Amino acid sequence: MITIVDYEMGNPKSIMNMLSRLGIKSQLSRNLDDISQARKLILPGVGAFDAAMRNLKKFNLINSLNKKALEEKIPILGICLGMQVLTHSSEEGSEKGLGWIDAQTKKFDSSLGIKVPHMGWNYVLPKTNSPICKELNHKSRFYFVHSYYVQTNNDQNSCMKSNYSIEFDSAIQNNNIYGVQFHPEKSHKYGMQILKNFSDL
Amino acid sequence: MLRSRLIPILLLRGKSFVKTVNFKKFSYIGDPCNTVRIFNELEVDEISILDILATRNNKEPNYELISEIASEAFMPLSYGGGIKTVDQAKQIFDLGIEKIILNSEAINRPEIISEISEIYGSQAVTVSIDVKKSFFSKVQKIYTKCGTKATDLALAEWALKCESMGAGEIMLNSIDRDGTWNGYEIDLYKDLSSKLSIPLIGIGGAKNIDSAKDLIKNANCSAAGVGSMVVFQKEGRGVLINYPEPSVINAKLHNKFDED
Repeated sequence: MITIVDYEMGNPKSIMNMLSRLGIKSQLSRNLDDISQARKLILPGVGAFDAAMRNLKKFNLINSLNKKALEEKIPILGICLGMQVLTHSSEEGSEKGLGWIDAQTKKFDSSLGIKVPHMGWNYVLPKTNSPICKELNHKSRFYFVHSYYVQTNNDQNSCMKSNYSIEFDSAIQNNNIYGVQFHPEKSHKYGMQILKNFSDL
Repeated sequence: MLRSRLIPILLLRGKSFVKTVNFKKFSYIGDPCNTVRIFNELEVDEISILDILATRNNKEPNYELISEIASEAFMPLSYGGGIKTVDQAKQIFDLGIEKIILNSEAINRPEIISEISEIYGSQAVTVSIDVKKSFFSKVQKIYTKCGTKATDLALAEWALKCESMGAGEIMLNSIDRDGTWNGYEIDLYKDLSSKLSIPLIGIGGAKNIDSAKDLIKNANCSAAGVGSMVVFQKEGRGVLINYPEPSVINAKLHNKFDED
């Protein structure tokens, strides 16, 4: 059973649809009892960084999530904005992030002649030693929609890199904590593999 | 490298998908859930569903049907048709659709664009614009209500206003080319894409993957919307849901290695 954190940021329904296709049970909740009993957590997220951090505070989730991530060390997967809030901060806002992974979130520079948001299918370059990258390679493609990207301070926290005028971290990891910038739930068999890898942890 | 997208545009009329010619002459394509299931198996880049009757009949989106479609589709999905309020958009997002498409209501009340994008982000809002050349001059006129009502808006000005109001993407349909298999009207898109800083999706006239290549390479569009070529066997033939092989798309649109 995977618990998807319901903090009113984005599209948990499509994640649940894909998990259910994979035969993996999931529940959507922000009930503190559910969170404290969770064995695996997904932090979804579409929208603005500050709104996400404020909602996590508003629903009183930060302490419980810190405990699950840093003390109990259960597997946690942040998706899209849910990955960005794992970092220290974002150029999108002024709120502090959860800071579980030594990284920050920056804005794509549209003066480099690229369209922002980075929207569409792009490739990843996976590091083979991370369990989240199992069965994936440089031909795996994923659906991205984001105007901000994550840059790790320490390359060992990077598990996949992608390129959009600059190279950025499309998947990150710090021990039990994972984040992916793309939307696995919208990325056909490649996304299914990511959710399966996470579920197999 | 970001891949250019090839997006089947599926027209919902009541409970069926149809295909049009010049926004008229409806041919039955099939049951929406079955059709989307086939496109899902073909691993299409993205799907756009447009309810072509909702606005004209002043109806709410068919949430039940949209929900059923979304549960089968593991690719990006956008939906347009009959959305007039933030609350309706929220209901659509909650079903697992990540982009909504505005057309007539954006023209009636442009604030709807910012109302939705301020909450859900600009990536969640596409504005669709339908144009047709006027009878006497070559000027592209903007139409609303599925091509039934002409407006006085100027194309570039309107598209830039949508961008400034928070649209994340513009979808530009040529009514003259719709369903004609004559290829895209390249100049129309070329001019607009150079003015926009958000992605432009061209729709209308695609005959084959080479049309899409032409649109992407020569008009600098981020995506090619396709209708007839992915729902019919070929011009003048029967219904066949199809989509180019990844290796063909890669070779034509990306100059990239084959996928396995």
